[in-house]
Amino acid sequence: MAVRRLAPADVQPKDFAFSAENLTWAKKQIEKYPPGREASAVIPLLWKAQEQHDGWLPEPAIRYVADMLDMVHIRVLEVATFYTMFNLEPVGKFLVQLCGTTPCMLRGAEDLKAVCERRIGHQHHVTKDGKFSWVEVECLGACVNAPMVQINADFYEDLTPASFDKLLDDLVAGKNPNPGPQVDRQFSAPQGGLTTLTDPAIYATAPRSGGPALDDSNAKKPGAAANVREAGVPRPPVGDSSGPRQN
Amino acid sequence: MLADKDRIFKNLYGVHDWGLEGARARGAWDGTKGILEKGRDWIINEVKNSGLRGRGGAGFPTGLKWSFMPKQSDGRPSYLVVNADESEPGTCKDREIMRHDPHLLVEGCLIAGFAMNAIAAYIYVRGEFIRERERLQAAVDQAYEAGLIGKNACGSGYDFDVFVHHGAGAYICGEETALLESLEGKKGQPRLKPPFPANVGLYGCPTTVNNVESIAVAPDICRRGAGWFAAIGRPNNTGTKLFCISGHVNTPCNVEEAMGITFRELIDKHAGGIRGGWDNLLAVIPGGSSVPCIPASACNDELYMDFDTLKNLKSGLGTAAVIVMDKSTDIVRAIARISYFYKHESCGQCTPCREGTGWMWRVLTRMAEGRAQKREIDLLLDVAGQVEGHTICALGDAAAWPVQGLIRHFRGEIERRIDEYSANPHGDPVRVAAE
Repeated sequence: MAVRRLAPADVQPKDFAFSAENLTWAKKQIEKYPPGREASAVIPLLWKAQEQHDGWLPEPAIRYVADMLDMVHIRVLEVATFYTMFNLEPVGKFLVQLCGTTPCMLRGAEDLKAVCERRIGHQHHVTKDGKFSWVEVECLGACVNAPMVQINADFYEDLTPASFDKLLDDLVAGKNPNPGPQVDRQFSAPQGGLTTLTDPAIYATAPRSGGPALDDSNAKKPGAAANVREAGVPRPPVGDSSGPRQN
Repeated sequence: MLADKDRIFKNLYGVHDWGLEGARARGAWDGTKGILEKGRDWIINEVKNSGLRGRGGAGFPTGLKWSFMPKQSDGRPSYLVVNADESEPGTCKDREIMRHDPHLLVEGCLIAGFAMNAIAAYIYVRGEFIRERERLQAAVDQAYEAGLIGKNACGSGYDFDVFVHHGAGAYICGEETALLESLEGKKGQPRLKPPFPANVGLYGCPTTVNNVESIAVAPDICRRGAGWFAAIGRPNNTGTKLFCISGHVNTPCNVEEAMGITFRELIDKHAGGIRGGWDNLLAVIPGGSSVPCIPASACNDELYMDFDTLKNLKSGLGTAAVIVMDKSTDIVRAIARISYFYKHESCGQCTPCREGTGWMWRVLTRMAEGRAQKREIDLLLDVAGQVEGHTICALGDAAAWPVQGLIRHFRGEIERRIDEYSANPHGDPVRVAAE
């Protein structure tokens, strides 16, 4: 349990409305649920509103979503304050969510916390340039790749204070660092090589991973993370609620 | 060790194509129509005979759970809800299924949904798994496009929808009735049972809530036969299981292994051994943060990683999230951090949990520094016992068990710290609980 309150009135915008594109998306979401059960879409819609509004959820958006779903305002306010991923106050352009729960703590999350405090400041503080804020969160579900942080939609795993520092540098410089393990490792496989799934016979009928080979301009750099792959990874269409944040 | 050909999750590490074509080449969606044609009772029997026990932590027999669903509809539709709200500290297996082998899950939804005569499946993905959700949605879209789900799924004449839904950061929504509340657009506060979801679940309709892994292994059980699955593992603990090995091992990883593999084999073969060697092992949390830890002395060759062996050790397999702690660990702080987790995640509905989790955390934090009285250890144990079993859902139990495990095995360590602290002069008096 935590006390979560809305941001003070002076930072709240006057009103809120979905963009045309998000409105179409929202209507499609509502169709997923049976008639009369539109309230089910409240979390996805609030999430979309948060994405549209620079990563935090203002009070007018809560009323807007409530009206859209024909819900009483207080019920949506309850939802917005209950679920901790709804940021009720402004956040940085890059919101660093640092996992501090025991599996990450055992592998050095506290050292990463020190990096955040040094570079960004105390929790929930937004840096002057508006680029960063950070918060310690509970288990993000990437425990075998601990310690890790989530920055906006992506997980950055197997961090050390040095690689985390570099990651933040890259974000400041406007580069797009590769999400996933920041060491030479295939996602959650053991570092140093597979111990299972090594029998080629089980893939006898499997096509080799498709996609064009890398060309010179985007060759794998020495020291690049393991998830820079030799063959193109099929990217999912950005369909559901989670495209890049719209400003 | 389990042979590669007996593994279900052949793309666990994302080396191969996650899409429909790749999944089909690995055997997914093979003969699904034939499985459906064998009928509901055949599927449920097959899953029952396989001995599959729920992979979400409690280990309830999956086939039996499915059989609780009404055979004849009373006018209300039935639903399958897949619990992909994976947030138990230490656990990161469902994430791999959703991003690297999502078609196994989608196919599992169809087979399980058909077996319980459901009209649709809702997959509730935790809010933080944004990329995983996109990947899963993409797989669902592919399956719709190929006619595998939707109207006349796989040409079977059966209509079945799969929807991807998501949460927004609440551990409690992994509890099945809290998940249903959340899916209905409310705060995720668990419901009293009975009525059980199989009678009154989502939207007041019969509903079964299953873990991602339980659903994703169902197609392979139906394809390869219950006998195949039941032959792996140990009696009453059959099949393969995804283990998540984190903490102080040389190479933390996820791995699919036979149930009942010994702890030593699991760690040595896949995780590169304990950091600093086996003599450096302090304790293990064998099944996610909720289960009590077991000390190194219990980690012998007889420690089989299955439901029954671990239960006999007063711990549990839980989600098979193995958190290893070596002798550099401050065990009291490590458990205090788990207590903080439960304090943070308590939904606030029941007083013993809402107040008790915070109280236990505060006392443990002081104990980690030695700033406590020895009589408080028994008081803490007593309070943990008062929380356990006196709440609507199992979060109260889950908050109490790690504390009980700590005191059971590391009481001496707590007492040592208290002695050490009181032996040195301090400015502020030592406080007592209920401050």
